Amino acid sequence: MSVNTPISFKERKKSSQLPPPNTVGFTGWIRKNLFSNLTNTLLTIISLYILYLILPPLFNWAIFDADFTGTIGKECNSEGACWAWVDQRINQFLYGFYPADSYWRVNLSLFLLAPALAYLLFENLPFNRYGRWFSLLYPLLAAVLLLGGFGLEEVTTDKFGGFMLNLVAGLAGIVLSLPIGILLALGRRSKLPLIKLFCIIFIELIRGVPLITLLFVAVIIVQLFLPPQVSLDQLFRVMIMITVFASAYMAEVIRGGLQAIPNGQYEAAQAMGLKYWQSMRLIILPQALKISIPGIVNTFIGLFKDTTLVIIIGLFDILGQARLLQTNPNWMGKVDHETFLFASLFFFVICFSMSRYSINLEKRLDTTNK
Amino acid sequence: MKFSSIIGAVLAVTAFFVVGAAQASTLDDVKSAGNLKCGINTGLPGFAFTDDKGSWKGFDVAFCRALAAAVLGNPDKVKYVNLTGKTRFPALASGEIDVLSRNTTWTFSRDVDLGFTFLGVSYYDGQGFIGRKSLGIKSAKELDGASVCIQTGTTTELNLADFFRSNNMKYEPVPIETNSEARAGYLAERCDVYTTDASGLAATKSTFEDADKHMVFPEIVSKEPLGPLVRQGDDQWADIARWTLNALIVAEELGVTKDNVQTMAKGTKNPEINRMLGTEGSMGKMLGLDADWAVRAIAAGGNYAEIFDRYLGTNTPLGLSRGLNALYKDGGILYAPPIR
Repeated sequence: MSVNTPISFKERKKSSQLPPPNTVGFTGWIRKNLFSNLTNTLLTIISLYILYLILPPLFNWAIFDADFTGTIGKECNSEGACWAWVDQRINQFLYGFYPADSYWRVNLSLFLLAPALAYLLFENLPFNRYGRWFSLLYPLLAAVLLLGGFGLEEVTTDKFGGFMLNLVAGLAGIVLSLPIGILLALGRRSKLPLIKLFCIIFIELIRGVPLITLLFVAVIIVQLFLPPQVSLDQLFRVMIMITVFASAYMAEVIRGGLQAIPNGQYEAAQAMGLKYWQSMRLIILPQALKISIPGIVNTFIGLFKDTTLVIIIGLFDILGQARLLQTNPNWMGKVDHETFLFASLFFFVICFSMSRYSINLEKRLDTTNK
Repeated sequence: MKFSSIIGAVLAVTAFFVVGAAQASTLDDVKSAGNLKCGINTGLPGFAFTDDKGSWKGFDVAFCRALAAAVLGNPDKVKYVNLTGKTRFPALASGEIDVLSRNTTWTFSRDVDLGFTFLGVSYYDGQGFIGRKSLGIKSAKELDGASVCIQTGTTTELNLADFFRSNNMKYEPVPIETNSEARAGYLAERCDVYTTDASGLAATKSTFEDADKHMVFPEIVSKEPLGPLVRQGDDQWADIARWTLNALIVAEELGVTKDNVQTMAKGTKNPEINRMLGTEGSMGKMLGLDADWAVRAIAAGGNYAEIFDRYLGTNTPLGLSRGLNALYKDGGILYAPPIR
């Protein structure tokens, strides 16, 4: 700083370095967001009071008064929750009826899922080029690990259950429903009448029927038309139906995005001499998909929660395991709330992460000038 | 409600058409598959549940194990297929399972119209009501205007309607899918009373923390003979399954237990036991099995009494007494035809 600097400039700079102490930091945030005016202050106080009513009893029940040890429900004598089952049953909640000596296969495929997802979802990771290939190959790898083959002992899908069943069915549906949905959406806007008609009929038929009916058809009716020797795996049938169902919704979400793209973009693409697929891939879809992100993630979250419907084919996902534990005579009547709370926490964590990622993605792709 | 009844009708009709399609011998199918596909509940205390190791246990499951032991020689060679109230009949009709052992009530229309063959009665049940003592009533006939928690897709739903209609009373149904939800709903006072089979009521009541504030009303409003069933049209398979069930009951009658069955199989002075256990006559051959079929069935989980006591009896959390399910000579109505 030189002595020649005008005094007025010096003063202005100094004042901008030090804002009033009440507007920064923790107190500043509280003043600005919780007590900025009379209504806000009132609402804050009421909310705090409600939290005071709910939280202490909840924590007392769930943690401080809870029982954590014991081998049967009767040993949970306290007022609070009974978590003693977790120790005994956690494997069934995580792996279902998967053979215990093969748990490592589930663990390994889950462990490899992290990099496979990361390379798909995030940019600027090391070894990016090979990573993408790994992501593409991952479904095959996971299928071999989980189902067996190539020297691994075969495990039939009726042994799948718990957390891993939700993940397998949910991820497969999510990965497949997006491309199918894109194709359906493009098909519905196609100028070729046959393709257009097919897509419209497909979407409207699937959307017009409740998912549970589709599952009944897949699980029961289809079997009636097949000879008894031919039996398509039950879990695959359900996964196909959930995927098809989500695809129909996905198609309409993406079609909404496509319609938001101004005609000028299409015309510009044509003027550049781009073919149909080129213009879609390079110009239209990147914009349309970006617009559709909230709707797409909405469909994903719905699909993930629909995986609980596997109970129709007698498979026990994490919610099914919760219900199953409630019917064990040793635990009956002691663990109803605890097991449901456990299952819902699991769903919340997964769905909330998806929602956060979509917000992150929207910010990253945001190209508007603000 | 309407939707589910339409689904039910469609399933029943399709199930009906398919019965003719299953022609191959079920016994051969089971033997070549190497396991018995047994349809059980998705979870019902005492009848079908999993232990801490994840294996299936229960009264209904025990029959699957006995049958697998009789046919395949190993009680563990069972592939359990878990079925809900809605999927159980289509699963049996389509050949997805070989036998259904899922606390299913034997009724005229299921036997005749749906094309199944019931193998006998493994548990005599009847529908009852549980309500709070604070309602101030002593009998189910005073329930006019009450709201009733009821499991959908079961015979109890129809019995309930019949009972209230024949007594000129009104009620408000609160439809619920599973037993544990019904229990939670009842405790949360979503309904005044909960109705299901008496065995289920006793089991449910035993889990209440304030069990003495609730009462099971004395009226039993229906007959619910529960038993295993197979597809109609394969009489040999039905015979095998039926006589496996009978053998478990006869074994109790004759004092053959899990522990002494191997000794008795070497031959006893009682010709009835000898016929059943294969040292006299050729019962096994008549069934298309070997002579030791009943020995293995009994060795799998014991006789009827042992199975009952292990999963339902007074020493279990369910605490059910034998009641109607005691042998005919002990005051019950359990009575199996002779193995002769």
